[in-house]
Amino acid sequence: MRLQLQVRSQPSRAMTALSPVIAIALTVCVGGVIFAARGLDPLHALYVYFVEPVTTMWSIEELIVKAAPLVLIGAGLAVCFRANLWNIGAEGQFTAGAIAGGAIPVMAPDLGPWVSLPLMLALGMLGGMAWAAVPALLRNRFGTNEILTSLMLVYVAQYLLDWLVRGPWRDPHGFNFPKTVAFQDWHLLPTLGFGRVHLGAVFAVIAVVVLFVLMSRTLKGFEIRVSGDAPRAAGFGGFSRPRTVWFCFGLAGALAGLAGICEAAGPIGQLQPHISPGYGFTAIIVAFLGRLNPIGVLLAGIVLAISYLGGEAVQVELGLSDKTAKVFQGVLLFFILACDTLIRYRVRWVAGRR
Amino acid sequence: MRTLFAALTGLALSLAVGVASGADKLKVGYIYIGPIGDHGWTYQHNEGRLAVEAAFGDKVEVVYVENVPEGPDAERAITRLARDGAGIIFTTSFGYMDPTNRVAKNFPDVKFEHNTGYKRQSDNVSTYNARFYEGRYVIGQIAARMSKSGVAGYIASFPIPEVVRGINSFMLGAQSVNPDFKLKVVWVSTWFDPGKEADAAKVLIGQGADIITQHTDSTAPLQIAAEQGAHAFGQASDMIKFAPDTQLTAIVNNWAPYYVARVQAVMDGTWQSHDVWDGMSAGMVTMAPYTNLPDDVAAVAKETEAKITSGDFHPFTGPIHNQAGEMVIGEGEVLDDGVLLGMNWYVKGIDDKLPQ
Amino acid sequence: MTALEAVLLTIITASTPLLLAAIGELVVERSGVLNLGVEGMMVMGAVCGFAGAHITGSAAVGVVAGLGAGVAMSLVFGFLTQTLVTNQVATGLALTLFGLGLSGLIGESFTGLPGVKLTAIHIPGLSDLPFVGPVLFGHDVLVYASIAITVLVAWVLTRTRIGLVIRATGGNHHSAHALGYNVVAVRYACIAFGGACAGLAGAYLALAYTPQWIENMTAGRGWIALALVVFATWAPFRVAVGAYLFGTVWIMGLYVQGIGIGIPAQLLAALPYLVTIAALVLISGNRVLTKMNTPACIGQPFVPDR
Repeated sequence: MRLQLQVRSQPSRAMTALSPVIAIALTVCVGGVIFAARGLDPLHALYVYFVEPVTTMWSIEELIVKAAPLVLIGAGLAVCFRANLWNIGAEGQFTAGAIAGGAIPVMAPDLGPWVSLPLMLALGMLGGMAWAAVPALLRNRFGTNEILTSLMLVYVAQYLLDWLVRGPWRDPHGFNFPKTVAFQDWHLLPTLGFGRVHLGAVFAVIAVVVLFVLMSRTLKGFEIRVSGDAPRAAGFGGFSRPRTVWFCFGLAGALAGLAGICEAAGPIGQLQPHISPGYGFTAIIVAFLGRLNPIGVLLAGIVLAISYLGGEAVQVELGLSDKTAKVFQGVLLFFILACDTLIRYRVRWVAGRR
Repeated sequence: MRTLFAALTGLALSLAVGVASGADKLKVGYIYIGPIGDHGWTYQHNEGRLAVEAAFGDKVEVVYVENVPEGPDAERAITRLARDGAGIIFTTSFGYMDPTNRVAKNFPDVKFEHNTGYKRQSDNVSTYNARFYEGRYVIGQIAARMSKSGVAGYIASFPIPEVVRGINSFMLGAQSVNPDFKLKVVWVSTWFDPGKEADAAKVLIGQGADIITQHTDSTAPLQIAAEQGAHAFGQASDMIKFAPDTQLTAIVNNWAPYYVARVQAVMDGTWQSHDVWDGMSAGMVTMAPYTNLPDDVAAVAKETEAKITSGDFHPFTGPIHNQAGEMVIGEGEVLDDGVLLGMNWYVKGIDDKLPQ
Repeated sequence: MTALEAVLLTIITASTPLLLAAIGELVVERSGVLNLGVEGMMVMGAVCGFAGAHITGSAAVGVVAGLGAGVAMSLVFGFLTQTLVTNQVATGLALTLFGLGLSGLIGESFTGLPGVKLTAIHIPGLSDLPFVGPVLFGHDVLVYASIAITVLVAWVLTRTRIGLVIRATGGNHHSAHALGYNVVAVRYACIAFGGACAGLAGAYLALAYTPQWIENMTAGRGWIALALVVFATWAPFRVAVGAYLFGTVWIMGLYVQGIGIGIPAQLLAALPYLVTIAALVLISGNRVLTKMNTPACIGQPFVPDR
């Protein structure tokens, strides 16, 4: 007996809707077993993990706070990946954006309230873009593989931030601890609702809508898709590959940079050595979970955010270690990815060998 | 829309209150920066947590969240504990300072204890830290007595005052025995990377150091020292079982008495905001048993430890000169806590240039 | 021991796990598969290697256990990406997440326990030579294995039929399929080989580098290994050069600090990455060099149409 896949003539609509349901059902089963093995009531544990994060206003708001940067970065990455460009350095672009935008409160704290914030956001986007421009340039100019350069630049950005907040940008009244001055009120993004939800969430939604329109309704979107699926055809069609590279990296970098400055000027409120719990890398998963579709990215970002919040909830309420939460998260991703196969393929058990 | 919002908030609040009033036990919360199994910083905080459980048994419920990054996630994790009905919350890393203070404003009835910070923006926040440098002076003395080459290697994490203070104290201790003692410092830019710490230890030993000390969390440097026939000191916890023939002693972060006392204070209703910086005298810093040492060296170390514990001696007693040779403090005087807390200069005799 | 000897030895230990993991991933990528889960397989190799050695008291058992764990993890990846044709990038990242979590769970009962050290092989005569002895002939089995595997991979890829099949699979899976090769089976085998090497790299960390188990003890080395493969433009000997270059820059960063030169530690820490980018730019300036080995089908799914 072995598994065999058969390509469907066209993606199954039923499965497009059903596959996440099947994935979650499978995860729930396996998760229940994992929780039971750890000596917990599986039903209660699953409730705490999946349902509780959306039962109170507070946790819904926190969910949005967590999902916003993931969606913002993931949406840009989805465009990159559609063009078959492997930008896996969003974490570095995120950091660069936070550094560039954070320069205003640190170096020009007296700039007026109305100028500061827009300038910070613009600089954040530019910073991310500049960081992403390096792999784009190296790829266009020398044909250097962008996976490696973008990844390496992550470390460089993190060390740059580290050096800044421990050296020149250190808060002079902060007992030489590694952080910048706390941003003033007018440097901080306005919040919405009761808690920590900030303007970054709105930017994320805008980005999703704009990119959805761009990718599905415009010539640019068509160019990107063709350039990714069939580069030779794109060349014959008069689409310039280097231009696509510049555009996609610039876009993804700008959105990652925006996410970076939104975190610095949002929930964190200053620059410090660690500003991202791996958002740039998690966003890669988000982009693929969302099937490289901006709307899908939005949903995938929320799913990932739930899995983080749920992981924390089971730690606090059930005393489960965060390793169990990580394993569970891995399993969830495996199932979601595996079930997506059902959309484009029919899965059959075939007897014997071929 | 507005009514729906109001209804939802009402529901949220009632749920939160329901949880809070449902328990008559005192809920104690901990936020950890690393995994409990790091055998360094977080491990020792967790030992303190276990001591609270042991001391109060059924009267407390202790919860923790580990591996909480010092970013936006910290504020959420702390809020979660507060909403969950915790009566007192210990946040055990410097980077939690601002999140702790922000959450404290929203939960005036919950007590917050922040480790290693200095901000107390509302009267339900305390800060606490330990004078680890007291232990560093003792091991500096031991190092100078035990070293044949007259060179020690120091594996440092990040150039923050805490670490710089430790290096200075170590050097002052060493100089009190051997004024020409040499110290090589390597900054590894991480608190925890066993491989990199091991590499640094090897490099330092290769450069002539025969005593290794560290301000990073893993046990790797100790193992390297054992392998290469050098001596070393444990960091944060007693690491003797990793290097039984190599560890001379260890500076142990002993949070247990403090945690038990603070939880007791909340139960008694006597808890008040304070800023505590305790050392050997309060038992917050203790020395692991002196091992692999000749008796006379151990005796001197014990004597110094006793003098620091009783308050007869302060490691930062003048005269102290900085690297430029300027006198920072004169004969018989003691550096005040303000200077110690912001320390960003080396004492004379350290070859390294402090990264700025 | 001279200072130079000490530095060389340190560089060798720092480079070996990178080389082991990278050479395995190289084979995977040459067959047309991108497995970003190296970090996850490596950390599982570390915990199982430690556990195996600790329970039995034999480092050899640890090495085998580490290898086995790497293979098991890679087969999860293989099943998902080859049998179920999932996206390789996302699956690899998920594998890393899963591995970090699972290793933590398995390791809970092993943290803080003394480890078993993989001892150096003593070669009579050679190991006792001055300088040459300790630097070349004083290592444990995995250091030699890393070199041997590199040579073996280079030979198999370029000189044997198996290598030809692997390269054909990575170069154009449709042609390979048309020629009658079982693309999926070849890739499964390569993925398993990559897992075995990553597992060995992890075992090396937990048994030789720092003989203990600590959560996340790989500390990002799996990612560096991935970068090295691209850096080496998929050529085995260049992977070895890259791993040792990276190890050298890394150690020298620590070394110059010990001498007391006032360069920001962050710059030194970032140096290996900057050097890698620079070297990569130099290499890719030469188009012939890059084009030759680049697996054209990397990351693309393949479903045999019966």
